[in-house]
Order: sequence, then C-alpha cells, then structure tokens
Amino acid sequence: MTRAFSPRTLADALRVLGDPDLAAVPLAGGTDLMVGLHTRAAPAAVVDVSRLSELRGVRLDGAVLDVGAAVTFAELGRDPLVLRHAPMLAQAARQVGAWQIQNRATLGGNIGTASPAGDSLPVLLALGAELECASTRGSRRVASASLHRGYRQLALERDELIVRVRLPRRRRDAVQVFRKVGTRAAQAVSKVVVAFTFARDAARLRDVRLAAGSVAPTPVRLVDAEQACEGARPSAALAAEVAALARAGVSPIDDVRSTAAYRRWVVGRLVERLILDVVI
Amino acid sequence: MDADITLTVNGATVRFVGDPLTRLLDVLRGQLGLTGAKEGCGEGECGACTVWLDDEPVCACLVPMLQLEGRVVRTVEGLASARLTALQQAFVSEGAVQCGACTPGMLMSAEALLVREPRPTEAAIRTHLAGNVCRCTGYQAIVRAVQRAAVKPTRAPAARPRVGAKPTVKAPRANSAPAKKRRPRRSPR
Amino acid sequence: MVAPVAPVGESPPRPDGADKVTGRALFVDDLSLPGAWHGVAVRCPHPRARVLAVDAEPARALEPDLVVLTARNLPSNVVHVIADDWPALADREVRHAYEPVALVAAPTRARALAAAAAVHVRYEVMPATLGLDAALAEGDAAVLARSSIDHGDLEAAFAAADLVVEGTYETGHQEHLYLEPQGMVAIPLADGGLELTGSLQCPYFVQSAVARFTGLPPARVRVRQAVTGGGFGGKEDVPDLLACHAAALALRAGRPVKIVYDRREDIVATSKRHPSRVHVRSAVARDGTFLAHDIQVLFDAGAYTTMSAVVLSRGVLHASGPYRARAVRVRGLALRTHTTPNGAFRGFGAPQTQFAMERHVDRIARAVGLDPLAVRRHNAFVEGDVTATGQVLTSSVGALACLDEAARRSDFAARWRRNEAARARAGRGGPWRGLGLSLYWHGGGFTGNGEKRIQGRVDVALTGAGLLEVRTAAADIGQGVLVAFAQIAASAAGGLPLELVRTSLPDTAVSPDSGPTVASRTIMVVGDLVARASRLLVAELEAFASDRLGAPAVCWGGELVSSKGRLPFREVAREYLAARGPLERTARFEPLPGQEFDEETYRGMAYPAYSWGSDVVEVEVDADTLETRVVGALAVCDVGRVVHPVLCAGQVEGGTLQALGWGGLEEMKTAGGLYLNDRFATYIVPTALDAPPLEAVLLEHPGPMGFGAKGVGELPLDGGAPALLGAIANATGLELARLPATPERLLEALERDAIVPPVAAPRRARAARAKARGGAAGRKRGR
Repeated sequence: MTRAFSPRTLADALRVLGDPDLAAVPLAGGTDLMVGLHTRAAPAAVVDVSRLSELRGVRLDGAVLDVGAAVTFAELGRDPLVLRHAPMLAQAARQVGAWQIQNRATLGGNIGTASPAGDSLPVLLALGAELECASTRGSRRVASASLHRGYRQLALERDELIVRVRLPRRRRDAVQVFRKVGTRAAQAVSKVVVAFTFARDAARLRDVRLAAGSVAPTPVRLVDAEQACEGARPSAALAAEVAALARAGVSPIDDVRSTAAYRRWVVGRLVERLILDVVI
Repeated sequence: MDADITLTVNGATVRFVGDPLTRLLDVLRGQLGLTGAKEGCGEGECGACTVWLDDEPVCACLVPMLQLEGRVVRTVEGLASARLTALQQAFVSEGAVQCGACTPGMLMSAEALLVREPRPTEAAIRTHLAGNVCRCTGYQAIVRAVQRAAVKPTRAPAARPRVGAKPTVKAPRANSAPAKKRRPRRSPR
Repeated sequence: MVAPVAPVGESPPRPDGADKVTGRALFVDDLSLPGAWHGVAVRCPHPRARVLAVDAEPARALEPDLVVLTARNLPSNVVHVIADDWPALADREVRHAYEPVALVAAPTRARALAAAAAVHVRYEVMPATLGLDAALAEGDAAVLARSSIDHGDLEAAFAAADLVVEGTYETGHQEHLYLEPQGMVAIPLADGGLELTGSLQCPYFVQSAVARFTGLPPARVRVRQAVTGGGFGGKEDVPDLLACHAAALALRAGRPVKIVYDRREDIVATSKRHPSRVHVRSAVARDGTFLAHDIQVLFDAGAYTTMSAVVLSRGVLHASGPYRARAVRVRGLALRTHTTPNGAFRGFGAPQTQFAMERHVDRIARAVGLDPLAVRRHNAFVEGDVTATGQVLTSSVGALACLDEAARRSDFAARWRRNEAARARAGRGGPWRGLGLSLYWHGGGFTGNGEKRIQGRVDVALTGAGLLEVRTAAADIGQGVLVAFAQIAASAAGGLPLELVRTSLPDTAVSPDSGPTVASRTIMVVGDLVARASRLLVAELEAFASDRLGAPAVCWGGELVSSKGRLPFREVAREYLAARGPLERTARFEPLPGQEFDEETYRGMAYPAYSWGSDVVEVEVDADTLETRVVGALAVCDVGRVVHPVLCAGQVEGGTLQALGWGGLEEMKTAGGLYLNDRFATYIVPTALDAPPLEAVLLEHPGPMGFGAKGVGELPLDGGAPALLGAIANATGLELARLPATPERLLEALERDAIVPPVAAPRRARAARAKARGGAAGRKRGR
C-alpha cells in the first residue's frame, strides 16, 4: 500500500520528499499519476501538495506574474491576472483535456510530468518562465530554458518540488499567440503546439520567442526562427523563411497519434501563419 | 498505512478507511453502492464517472481518496429529490438518453453548467460537455435537452413531460388513407 | 374513424428513462452479487503461436483457492456462432493476439487480475498472416467465406461503354467503443442449470452457445439481458464468448462468476468492423448512365469465421449501391488474418461497400462532367427497377425523394458548383469549404431466407393486474425498443394509454425467441409480430366484452366500447382473467408472398424492404493544418413508418455521427498484429465539440410489411463517410480513397497532387469580414 502524507506546511512536505527511504512523489491533481497506476506500480509514497498555501494563488510580484504550482488549469483559464498578463497561458489552459480535467490538473503537475506533449510547456518556454523550486536544501530558481534535459527528464533533483512559476508580465505592446493542433477538438493530446510572443517596435518584430511542443523529445525553443524574426519586418518572404527554419528546428516522430511528416509540415504552416497574421 | 478520510457524499457523512490511492469511483460504487457513476475507461477520457467535487465536475476515476478529507461530493443520485430536475426531464423527453451509460456523467456536467450559465449558448454547452463522450446520440438531442432545461430554470412539474421540438417527419397523417404512390420524376435520357 | 390516442407517431417518454437519469438503472457491473467471484482471461501477446505449456502454479501461489481453466478442462471448446471454428480458449495454437488461453476466477477483480498476470504460458511464436495482401497470397487456405453476384451480361455492357472508370477504396477497423464495456454474470443453479445476465443484444444466441458449450439443454440455460450500455453489433456474438467463459468458471467454482472487461481489453480483444478493400470497375455511358459494375470486395475477417460470411454477404448485396445497372458482377472474399475476429458493426458490411461505390460515383461524375447530384438522380432506383439479384422493387423506393429533399434543403448543386469554380479560378487548391453528397440503401431484416429460418415469435399476455404485456427477445440497447413496442401494442389495441402496456428486457425464461436484435429488423419484423399478437389478444377481449355488454364491443382509447355501454380496459381484462383464466396470444413470422431467395445463386428477394437515405455534409478544411471541421450534416432517410419520432431521429443522428467518426477521425493503427490505439485516449471518437449540428429528416414511404415500418438502425452508417469525403474533395480538390480522412492523409494527398495551399488571407482580416457579414464564428447549420 502506498504511504500517504498530507502535510500542512511546505516545510513538512519537503522533509517527506527529502527522505530517500520514503521514495515519495508529489501529488497535486492526480490526472497523470492516477492514470499511471494502470501500467506502473503504485508509488511507494505520495505527498499531497494540492492544498499547500505556498503552491496556491496567482499574484503580481512587481514585473512578474507569480503562479502557484498547484493552481489548476481551470483557475488559470479564468484568472484575471493571468488573462491580462499571460493570456497565452490562459488560452493553453482552456485547451487541456476537458472541463473535468481542467478542474483538477495543475500547472506544476504538467511541468513535473514533463511530457513532450505537455500543453503548458511551450508557453512557459516562450514566456521565459522561471520555476521556483524548493527542497530541504533551500530554494532555487530554474529557468524554463534550462529545465528540459531530455525525454521526460527535468533538471530538477528527485526531491525538489516546484512551488511557483514566475512569468514576466506581458508588456503592453506584446502579443501572445498559442495554437494547439490535437487529435480532435477536445480531450486531445496535442500533435503540435506552438507558442509565439513578440513585441512591436515601429514596424519591426522585437523580443520574438517561438516555442513548440510535441515535435521533439522535449518542448523546444525555435531559436533560428526567432533570430530570423528579430528586428525584421513581417512579410510573406519573412514568413516563408521563418517557416523553413522552424521546420528544420524540430525533430518529430511517427507515433500512435500522428506522423513526423505531418507534424513538421504543420509547424511550418502555423509559423508562417503566425508571421503573416502579425499586424503592425 | 490506511488512510482515514471523512467526507460528505450527497449530503451524508461518509468515512473511508483504506489504501490512500483508492479511487473515489471505487468507493462510490463499492462501499456506498452508488453505481450511477460508471467506469467507461478508467483514465479520465470518457467522462462516464463525472461527479461533483466541491461543486466542480471531475472524473472520479482520477481522484484518490487521500485528497477528500472534509470535501463534498455529489453524484447523479444526489441530483433529484422526490422529483426529477428540469434537466433530467428534458433528457428523457428530448431523446438525450439512449443506452444511458454516459447519462449520469453527462447530467453532472450539464447541471454544473446550468448552475453557472442558466442560458448557455450552444457553443458553451458543447464545450462544457466535451469531456463526456456519448456514442449513441450524436449529441444533438443532448444539446437540445440542455437548451430546453435552460429556458425552464425551475423544476418541472412531475406530470408527463411534453415533447419539445420534434424532429422533422414528413408523412401522411396517422390513420388516414395510405400514402399515394408517388411517381418519381425520371430524369430525361 | 380516427383513434383518440395514436401512440405510433408520438414521442412518449421511454419507460427506462427515469432510472437512467437517476443512476438507478443497473448495468452488469452495477449488479450486487454477494459471493460472486471475478473471472479474468489470460491472453496471448503474440498474433500466432503454439501453446507449449500453461503453468498456473505461480498464480496459485498468490491465490491458493484460485479457479483455473484451460482448453483441456472445459466442457467443450467451441463457441457456436455459425461455422463452429471459434474456440472458447486456444488449445494448441493461438491465432490472434489477445486470444484467451486460460481463465482464472478469484474473489475480487484485483486478485483475479493479479493471478492472471502470474499465470505463465510458454509459447513458440509462429509466423502470422497480417493484412489483406498477405492473406491473399495464401490462396484458398485463408478464405473463410465467399459471396458472389452475377446479374446481366457484363461483357456486353462493357462493350457498349463509352468509358470505363476504375477505383480502389479502402477502409480500416472501426471500434464500437460502447460506453459500457462487455460484461456477463453466470450463476450455477442447484439443479445443474445456469442463469446468465449480461450486456448483450441476442439472449437466444447466448443461450444456444452456452447450451452447446456446456452440454446442457437450452431450457436449463436461462439468459437475461441487463441494462446494456450500447452495442452497435459489438454485443451480437462476443457475449457468447464471455458467457461460455463465465459459465465454465461458475460451474467449476460452484458459485456465481462475473466477467467485466476493462476498456483496453475490450478494444483489443473483441470484434471490430471489417477492414475492407473494394475495387470497382464501371462501364459508363457518355451521359452518365451506369451500364455495369464489376466489383471485388475483400474483407479482413480476423482469425475465426464468426459473423464474417454474413457480413460479406450483406456487403456484396449492397455493393452496387441504390442504382440501376444492366449488369453487375460482385466477387467477395472474407480473408483470414491472425487478428481478433472482426464482426458485426452497425451496417454490417454495407458501409464498406457503399463507401466505395459512393466515392466511385463521384469519380464517374467527374469523368462525364456531371455534378454529384445529377449523376445520382440519373441512375437512382425508382419503383419497378430490378436489383442485382433480380429483385423487382415493386414499392417503397424512397431514393429520389431522399436525394431531392437533401439537395433542396442544402442547395447542394449550386453551392457545390460554386466551390468547384472557385478552386478552378484559384488554381491552387481550396476554397477550403465544401459540400459532399451521398445516396444509400439498406435492406431491412435478415438477408434472403434468414427470417424464415429464425421463425421469430412474439407473445402478448394479460398480467394479473390487467395490463397488456409484450414479450419478445428484443434487447433495448439504447435504441428505444421498449417504448416503441409499447407504442405498437397500444396502437394495435385501439390506442391504449401506455401506462397499460408493459415491455421489459428479455429473459429466455419468459420471452419467446423473436430473433436477435440485429439487421435492422426490430421494428420492421418483430414490431409487426407485436402488432399482430396484440390484435389477436384484443380481439379475444373484444369478444368477451361483447358478451358482457350485450352488443359488439371495440377496444378504443383504453376502453371496450359498444352501443350498450363502455368498460375500462383493465376492468375487462381482470374480469376475463377471473372468468376464463390466463390470456396469451402468439404471432409468428410469416414471409411476404413471393419472398423467395436462392442462396446458391443469390437471386431473388434479398430483403423484403429497403430503407433509403441521402446525406449532405458540409466541411471547412483548415489550410494550415488540414484539419476538417464538419460544419453541418443533414441526413434524409426514408424509414417507412416512424414509430417514435424523437428516438427514430436519434438513430439517424447517432448513426450519422458514428459514420462521420469512421470517415474522418477513428483510426485503429496496427503493428505486428497488435492494436496500437487501444485506449479511449488514443482511439479518437467525436466529442460534443467535434460533432456538427446534425439534422435528421425522416420520410415515410411505407414498406410492404405490417404497418409499413422498414429498417433504420443501420441505414445512417452507409451515408456519412462518403459524403464527408465528397465534402473534403469539394473543399480542397483532394480525392481520398481511404478511411479515415485524417489530416495526415490529406497531407499525403496534397503532396501527391503537388498542391501548395495558397497563402490565404490573414486570420484577422477574414474574421473581420465574417463579422461584417454578421456570421458568427460558430457553426452554421448545413443547409
């Protein structure tokens, strides 16, 4: 039987997670862990972190939108601060699974599961999110850019808990666009996810960030495509060039949901569309 | 070590003692005999096990008992008291119930929507029911039922429900002379 | 005289509705069975293998009292469907992955699963035949069934042709994905008999299979249908296997045994729609007249025959579509591959062959320069035409009525042509919005002499409380047979209030064998028996009441009415019972005059009546992602006579969405004989957001049987998929000949045709224009 811990404080939770003999894993919404019980052995121990106040709530911390790791996708999808300062995250949240899943699944859980198809992950990459992680050794910040080490591997210690997700506030002139192509209109694992953000500077693109999911072993920033955009004027030619760079920047596979050829083609089309749709 | 959890289900206090990762679905169906919530897939994809957790629709197959201390659960058995709700009546009258396997979960999602949006648009209905798969109806009758219940937010009387918008049937009137044999136009050759 | 109450044609609430909306309805897994153990199958992971040894010791170490069965300790080892080649447990050879090799039973499901996982089976893997091409290469050894049609002079027709149009069309597996997985309970009785309760469509099939399997006389095998959460054909023969398993375990354990499949097991180990490859070669006149069709039909049957011969037969009989032709030759083969046996799925072979023919008709249309509507109008059957089995369609041919109604409501021809013209102008694919059209037919009842063989029987009786009770073997699996039969009986009884009529789920102890709940026969064939038996019983009551009242009495509006007075039905019924004892009447199937079919030559009346339908599907294809959004779907169906308009439309709406799912979304990938899309998360069926607004229009051209009803349950499955692909073709210029039409397949077609989708107007500009037009961003109903 799995040992269960329902700590009242973050410190208690970290102590349990930090005990190597317990081999405890964090549990928030349970939408991944509970499905996993079908095919994997139950974990030796779980720590319920879903109600810890340190992991809850959305607030503004200066220029940073500070989101608790145990905030659910339903909450993200309707939170006024998220809608205002990270609308792309709200948009992604509303396309995760369906209502029942959104009511339970959390941002921290989505990150922790580290599926290459995780819908929030390209958004966090594009927005330059930072994770605040804690363990018995203290707290540290991990940039999303350095988070993904490999297929389902995060640059976190086994006993580190994601506590907050910190996103730079959207600048007033910044635009955020999120596109998910799934297997169907709802309850869909993504085939391709694209998260795009940029700011306008006169007639040119600035601070362009373009991230994609489900097209590589981890979510990826399409840096070559970003660099081609930086300082450029949006045009059909630029769109075509950036699309080609995007296609070259991904490494999709054939799997039960889709094909590598389709994924690569769609990444190119979506990116081309994103540039074309930019209205300066 | 067993978890010892006390929660409320359909207004009654319930105590669970057992494996902390026991699914709420199994406690509802087993210990409590509330078999309305069904196991259609066991992985939160079909919605047949949808119940309310603190008034929010969730898949009971994905909720571990360990997280339910002090929480409030409502199932389809807890929707109606002596009479069916307007939505339940509408489900029957509009043909939104065929085999019935998706129905409890579908009702929990739809009732939750009507609580939040008493007059939802068709798009809102489909979005909020997107996590409840139905294989029988094609969803058209379900959408009609929710719309019908939405215009009658109070409980319907217990009399036999009137049928709403009937599907189009082109037929000779009942009990009249047999339909004239139609001679279809042949297209010119 | 017009009846004061006319239940047929109204939509009263279904009697099981209240239980279903309150969670009180009990499906198999809801049944409380104290003392019951759970049965679980041990399944082979290889598509083909020799079974060398089955070692249950590790399992018994976990569960000392475990019940274990292998092929050697079963009462017999055949699950009787038709060909008797289907073992209950694999003996020396496994012929498909997931085939059961052993059974275990333990006190709980979790313990039974753990024990099953601990059973160690040694296999010697053998080469497997997978896919139609590999099966064809085996020749006769892999042919499980053949079916042929020869009509007219094929050579002459091809000689007279102005052009010959050929095409090959393919479809894959379709999984039923009923929301309630398979389940069966077997209870051993003290007298050695058995009682089974299950999620099923055909209680007498289960009885027959279990009787043969156990050696018990059928009368000692009682079978009851539990509330059943969907079937669609998937619970036609598969429950026979579960029943044999549960029966064997229950008899061995000496206690009730319940078997309930988990979703993954249900998906991979039970039947699916036959994958198909259909090749059509047509002789066509310059004006678009179909002169002849030469059709090859290949169905992938899976490892055992089960229903394949009949599925093939129906597929072959519908292959030339609802169209006139001077000559038709069809050659059909059902081929054995080492995969889970495929079986009945709503439509039963006809969706596959009609998908092919409907796409082919559009191909012919393009070749002769006609639009999809014109080519169908030109060739559709009318009364007096002759089918490919030589059957003269003497009445009730609603093909053109459906076609014209569908075309009119959707303004099909004009809009289709506008889209074609737009693409021609643009020269680069598009316009990314399109309409598709289909025309289809479906024979009601069993093929040929099947109904005569079944000799279906219905009883109607008075209950002790003076109610009219209808007893049939028809299983309500959601379609509403309980309320429809009540309506029919009430109508036959002169308009009895429905509260006075009882219908219930079948129980072989009390329900006569009216035949299985399949083949779109339930209203047409069994409903007619209900009407006849009800009239016979009511006639007896009328005679009794006439005596009682002293003047001829008629049963009308819930009363026995005469010139000398009237009495309530229940009162007369109770008086009758007191005076004369029980009252029961029976009706048996009678074929129509001239209902002859030669099963050797496949000539004659294949079906006594055909239902007809025409679909228009409207789509938007996203040029960036090639995702197809179905904007609207219209299905116009001639079903003869509508008993319950709401539930009848429900059959058309639900069936159309299943057809659209099969056409565009539902894909079952396989690798090495294993099914890859084996979960709800990966086998993609439409959600409420994927489903378009569906419009069902029901036409009534009464058929020749009884009160004129024809079949409806399966009809819609024949129309949705080809109309969907026609719409995609109209929207993009891409002709797909393979289902499902996924975005990945559209991309392949795009690249094959070297189309680069145009750089369309930016989304914002389009949205602004749409707003200006007043159109919502949401869906428009298909018009």
